[in-house]
Amino acid sequence: MGIETVFGDNILTTNIDKVVNWARKNSLWPMPFGLACCAIEMMSSVAPRYDLARFGAEVFRFSPRQSDLMIVAGTVTYKMAAVTRKIYDQMPEPKWVIAMGACASSGGIFDTYATVQGVDEIVPVDIYLPGCPPRPEALIHAVMELQEKIKGESVLDNPDR
Amino acid sequence: MTAATTEQVMTINMGPQHPSTHGVLRLLLELDGETVVKVTPDIGYLHRGIEKLAEHKTYHQFIPLTDRLDYLAPMSNNLGYALAVEKLLDIEVPKRAQYIRVIMCELTRISSHLLWLATHALDIGAMTVFFYCFRERETLNDLFEMVAGARMNLSYIRIGGVARDLPDGFIEKTRDFVNDFMGRLRDYETLLTKNKIWLMRTKGVGVISAEDAINYGLSGPCVRGSGVRWDVRKSEPYSSYDEMDFIVPVGENGDVYDRYLVRLEELRQSNEITRQAMDNLPDGEYIADIPDIVLPKKENLKQSMESLIHHFKVVTGGICPPAGEVYTCVEAPKGELGYYIVSDGTKHPYRIKIRPPSFVNLEAIEKMVVGRLLADVVAVIGSLDIVLGEIDR
Amino acid sequence: MTEDVTIGKRLKAKFPEAVIGGKSFRGELTININKDYIQRAAKFLCEDSESDFDYLSDLCGVDLSRLERSNNFEVVYHLYSIKLNHRVRLKVKIPASNPNIDTVTNIWKTADWHEREAYDMFGIIFNGHPNLQRILTPEGFEGHPLRKDYPLKGRQPETLKGIYREGKQ
Repeated sequence: MGIETVFGDNILTTNIDKVVNWARKNSLWPMPFGLACCAIEMMSSVAPRYDLARFGAEVFRFSPRQSDLMIVAGTVTYKMAAVTRKIYDQMPEPKWVIAMGACASSGGIFDTYATVQGVDEIVPVDIYLPGCPPRPEALIHAVMELQEKIKGESVLDNPDR
Repeated sequence: MTAATTEQVMTINMGPQHPSTHGVLRLLLELDGETVVKVTPDIGYLHRGIEKLAEHKTYHQFIPLTDRLDYLAPMSNNLGYALAVEKLLDIEVPKRAQYIRVIMCELTRISSHLLWLATHALDIGAMTVFFYCFRERETLNDLFEMVAGARMNLSYIRIGGVARDLPDGFIEKTRDFVNDFMGRLRDYETLLTKNKIWLMRTKGVGVISAEDAINYGLSGPCVRGSGVRWDVRKSEPYSSYDEMDFIVPVGENGDVYDRYLVRLEELRQSNEITRQAMDNLPDGEYIADIPDIVLPKKENLKQSMESLIHHFKVVTGGICPPAGEVYTCVEAPKGELGYYIVSDGTKHPYRIKIRPPSFVNLEAIEKMVVGRLLADVVAVIGSLDIVLGEIDR
Repeated sequence: MTEDVTIGKRLKAKFPEAVIGGKSFRGELTININKDYIQRAAKFLCEDSESDFDYLSDLCGVDLSRLERSNNFEVVYHLYSIKLNHRVRLKVKIPASNPNIDTVTNIWKTADWHEREAYDMFGIIFNGHPNLQRILTPEGFEGHPLRKDYPLKGRQPETLKGIYREGKQ
């Protein structure tokens, strides 16, 4: 957007911020990157009891080109690492990442020759969610925290992180 | 279907990130139009090194790692491992603990088959079944939480028995679930079993004969769907399964539809076994009383000095089984789950090899899909019921 | 137990040099087989109507270097008969300096992936295997993880990280 060069940092852009962030945070389209056990709790959070669709995350598209939130759920191994990076690169901006579970946050109990110790060695992570596996309510809490974080973003921010 | 009619074969890649592959499975498909000419599974995307990690842990510390193998049926894995170590140590488990183990394993089997039905139907296009099955699974997760404190990855079964006794109110809640469940099963059957679309997608698809199934090492519902009446619970009974009255369902043609019918019948049988185990639940101890091996009860720890000392010794020193090797298998929801443990007399196992049913079942996919259409690949993967945590370990 | 003894006796009667030893522990029969006879012994056990071991439950490798202070690997076969409901374990010792053994994929097709895994984890080479390649470890992985001299944390996190940072698969 060329807005920031024309208007600078004033009341017009802060109002645009509010509208844009409200739209983005209330319609996060997750891409479930379910690798291991945490994927089952992620499926449970979409299921009737802990419905994640109430928070705007209705459309669980498995295609990276049509989503803006990547939920890495499960252990990332060295074999899977290149694939993870490729899929992250295919997502359009703006995009966010939730590292769900102990294995995605820091390697979990698998400190071995084959496991990457945390997905933040490969992609930049916004929210870390501990648990083995975290309850569906914890995942909903993580999505709500992310919504709070998005509220604080601005159109004047540099998109290349 | 027809054989390859043109010379042009296209290689496409299915996975590792794909909604229908039930995890991180990669299939390299060579297609002639829509017909599959060759399929090569590429696994190892979830290889975490569990068998190597086992050599650095004590026998008790390995129990939570077994949960993470087949994460849809965690207590079956715990039970297989506990039985193998108990065989090595040559100890007896009290009757009440055996019945509690049967109840938990059958509830786990119901939970695993419900998830199979949910994802299999979702892949083929029936989305309602997904939501119904997850509703049942939530009730089961509540029961598990009552008993062990966690919804998934419970580590409830210990060497010598179970971690703690059943809480008050568990039996009533389970009885409510068991009484309700037959009605729910009828719902799923009316949705799918005689449905024309379901029949066209699953009848005659992914056929494997009985001799091929045995030669490829298939087990569980995959081999029973082809007509082989083999169930480890009946042929080599463990943990008081010989006192339960149930039938082993078999199919006729070995296609996806027969495997579906076999698993539905297994859901009914598991329901029956849970009911019988609850009706005949004996009183007694929930864990064996052997000081060197089993941790003392928490109530005793606060009063008795000997309990405190032997708790310390078991936790720090670990249990030291005699040198030797054992192989034990149990009937997991996916098939024959085997544990081969080699012990050298120290507190760390020398080698633990896990024989995963899904690893062996997946080998047969080439036999089942060659010559069929691309959409049938999805149906066959669903009917094999694979879990990548178990395949890759 | 008499049945177990019969299986061992029949095998020894048919191939006297094949059977090196055997024992029974916790109700399980283990037979040690000479490396050169494994294909013939396995074929006999599969086709003979009195043993009828039509099902190969498991095939794995064990690194004996710390158990017996000898530089050997061991390949362990677990066989099961569905009709007669009995099990047996076959063990074959091979030297670590030259870990070669014949494949049994022509007898039981399920041995295919089990042997690939034993090759990946230990480096055991199966002569006659249709497709002996790594199956669980990633591209560019060097070494055989389950050997006792391989460290738990691995030797190559930096090079493997390099592979994915450059975006190669």
